[in-house]
Amino acid sequence: MTPPALQLSAITKRFGAVAANDGVDFELRRGEIHALLGENGAGKSTLMNIVYGMLTPDAGEIRVGGEPVTIGSPRQAMKLGIGMVFQHFMLVDVMTVAENVVLGAEPTKGALLDSRAAVARVRELAGRHGLSVDPDAVVEDITVGQQQRVEILRALDRGADILVLDEPTAVLTAQETAELMTVLRGLRDKGTSIVFISHKLSEVRAIADRVTVLRRGRTVGTVEVAGPNPPDEAELARLMVGRDVLLRVEKAACRPAAPLLDVRDLEADDDRGLRAVDGVSFDVRGGEIVAIAGVDGNGQRELVEAVCDLRAPVAGKVTVGGKDVTGRGARHARDCGLGHIAEDRQRSGLVLDFTLSENLALRDVDRRTRFGLLSPRRMLARATDLLAEFDVRGGGPQAAARSLSGGNQQKVVIAREIAAGPRVLVAAQPTRGLDVGAIEFVHRRLVAERDAGRAILLLSLELDEVRNLADRILVIFEGRIVGELPPTATEEQLGLLMLGGGGATSARASAA
Amino acid sequence: MTAPTPSDHRGPAATRLLRHLSVGGAVAPLITTIVAFFVGGLVVLATGKDPLTTYKAIFDGTGLNWLLPWSGDRALAATNLQQTLINTGPLILCGLAVAYAFRAGLFNIGAQGQYTMGTIAAVYAGSSWAGLPGWLHVVLAMAVAALAGAAWAGIAGALRASTGANEVITTIMLNYTALWIGVYLFGLGGPLQANDQPDVPVSNDIVGGAKLPVFWGDKDLQGLHVGIFVAVLAAGIFWVVLNRSRLGYEARAVGFSPPAARSAGIGVGRTYVVTMAICGLFAGLAGSLDILGWQFHLATNDISASQVGFLGIAVALLGRNTAIGTCFAALLFGALSQGTSVRNLDPAVFQPELAQNLTTVIQGLVVLLVSADVLLASVWRRRRARAGGGGAAAAPPTPTTLGSVSP
Repeated sequence: MTPPALQLSAITKRFGAVAANDGVDFELRRGEIHALLGENGAGKSTLMNIVYGMLTPDAGEIRVGGEPVTIGSPRQAMKLGIGMVFQHFMLVDVMTVAENVVLGAEPTKGALLDSRAAVARVRELAGRHGLSVDPDAVVEDITVGQQQRVEILRALDRGADILVLDEPTAVLTAQETAELMTVLRGLRDKGTSIVFISHKLSEVRAIADRVTVLRRGRTVGTVEVAGPNPPDEAELARLMVGRDVLLRVEKAACRPAAPLLDVRDLEADDDRGLRAVDGVSFDVRGGEIVAIAGVDGNGQRELVEAVCDLRAPVAGKVTVGGKDVTGRGARHARDCGLGHIAEDRQRSGLVLDFTLSENLALRDVDRRTRFGLLSPRRMLARATDLLAEFDVRGGGPQAAARSLSGGNQQKVVIAREIAAGPRVLVAAQPTRGLDVGAIEFVHRRLVAERDAGRAILLLSLELDEVRNLADRILVIFEGRIVGELPPTATEEQLGLLMLGGGGATSARASAA
Repeated sequence: MTAPTPSDHRGPAATRLLRHLSVGGAVAPLITTIVAFFVGGLVVLATGKDPLTTYKAIFDGTGLNWLLPWSGDRALAATNLQQTLINTGPLILCGLAVAYAFRAGLFNIGAQGQYTMGTIAAVYAGSSWAGLPGWLHVVLAMAVAALAGAAWAGIAGALRASTGANEVITTIMLNYTALWIGVYLFGLGGPLQANDQPDVPVSNDIVGGAKLPVFWGDKDLQGLHVGIFVAVLAAGIFWVVLNRSRLGYEARAVGFSPPAARSAGIGVGRTYVVTMAICGLFAGLAGSLDILGWQFHLATNDISASQVGFLGIAVALLGRNTAIGTCFAALLFGALSQGTSVRNLDPAVFQPELAQNLTTVIQGLVVLLVSADVLLASVWRRRRARAGGGGAAAAPPTPTTLGSVSP
């Protein structure tokens, strides 16, 4: 029997008092796709960074092809045939695909780079593994999915037969995800062993041969997925979180009151000056969740920014609780009772280098000063309360926001926005990149805020989430609302509208 | 828990540098200084002199030996220390002018121009309004100078806010503009040139009542004026504004993450203008200290020869953009220029002309090494992260450790 491609025994890695990995066992067989499943902060990335030589373990043994090894650097990992594709790509945007792939192992002619040989090498490699990508394209011009292929090609070019992908689908569209899965299956069938880090249950079930579940730095177990009795999602979720998880939110019937958010004939341009929101009108009443569904890039981002006064609208009007907030600046909108859970929490939701206490004060610092001066003591006390109420783990009020996991960062954003007591809460992709436990938390909280009488506008690309949470669904297509559906609508009905079928055609016909 | 990712290090250069510099203890700047002096010693050695005696002579020239009561000529040491501290005051203020911008993610290369506008305003205010009571005249002249600096810096902030013009470029250009405004005003035939000296490109002298009181040493022989207290007080205000006021909190938020600040309702453009204006306040005030404290008038060659605003950049970098660090760095640079001045250094030990260049060498090395210091900090952090000993991911960062800026 051949030894496993990669075997980790009793790996322990501590950061200060916290054990990110605590005696983790993991075995990757030759030619399998092995998913590493766990919540944010369960230690998946830490484990794989150890395998790739980015971190050194405090204890434990690593065997590659049966031989015990120590991996001190990524260079050593590459020599052992281990390649890693990070969530954040490490590509040089202005160079071509071929240049990026050969970077670090360039074919040369004398002292010069032999770019023809590079292109040929990349084309051959891409062809052999069925990864279609143009070697001469410049990286910044190609899609995220293609950039990921470049990363995979680079690893293969270095002779990787063990490929680690850290949450590879987090940045991909559904279509790109499907393509990636095809690519990975192809690689597996040619003998590459693949570790697939994820916290998305459906994906793991779709792609993996086996799953190892990590929880709080420990191995919970390894399950056959491809076998005769594959676990269902609820079972995987239970393993991952350690308790039963409600994959569907339970909520009472909606009892809508008066409209709190009113958007009339809103028009806004995107950054290139093209019309992105094209005459959108809707309202959200207190005590209801209205979801805006649509394929990414149909004006959702611009709509949210225009509603929150982060982008000056070209025309139209936004009122919050009867007060006109159009074009008066984000602070005014917030003072009128608008809360905003930003789409990109790391970029716009939080100041990553601030402490949690400072981040929690970000929204209403002007109301918490005396003679223009802050009181760190009161800020800390308030932060301590909020962190407890919203169950934020991974650091106290003095910890930097940067040091928290994604789910906990999102809880901080939600805590800040809800604590300000908004009448209207705009939640833009509030669960993007979160694990099931954190998603459940966010969903429950949004429903609780709805029941407390707030008007909630949800923007999401996940149809499940939309149908789960919304009391009404508005479909956006090319900057227009093309239809309204009840949450009982089928995925097909929604999908048809989202792609511009059905209502959209008639809407445009009548407009013309 | 996640590994360092390249995206964490993206963003404007100022923000990245800020992240490295704004937090951190005294260890790295101390090492920086020691290395700079060591290399400076090698330069002395290369000229065939003894570095140790040279440094000793420079040290004695700074007057800092006054603090060691058993050593040498007390009166001479006192005089030298007074001069060192006269240098230090404006350096502190110019350092603060650069540091404050830094904390808001802005590079203020324009402290020199803001300082120049401060001197112009101070000399105008000090030589006019002769009838005012002394203390009021001093305070008014200082206020006018600070406001002139603020307005000057505010231009760069407003340009950044309205058009996105990079403040590095605009502040450098405003330095030249300020210089030539001064040359025009006080040059021969200029509107503010001295009434009684038509052949000299210099301003009128300020009136006696507008002079800063001298509290140590001879008032007629350039004793130490109260400006040093103004500067130290300003450093205290700097700390309060930055760490305890809404203004500073918003400036820091903008410095670290403009999108997050904007999303939280902070006016990013407004913050740029206000931040630059505050920087200008400090630099303009520095100008008033020199005019009201010991120069008493302004000649066109004073304006072109002045370097104090540029030194402010080195002061802020070495002081790691903190109030206390800026004070010590300013003292170091103030002492260096005093210790190497012509009248203080015995040519037999080391030629004073060379010694002044030595000062420049050391100052230059400090700025250069600050970048190395950033490198050192990041290597250190990576090693700690790999070793995991009290790594940044788990332990709450303590602002005194070098590795506290978490990956």
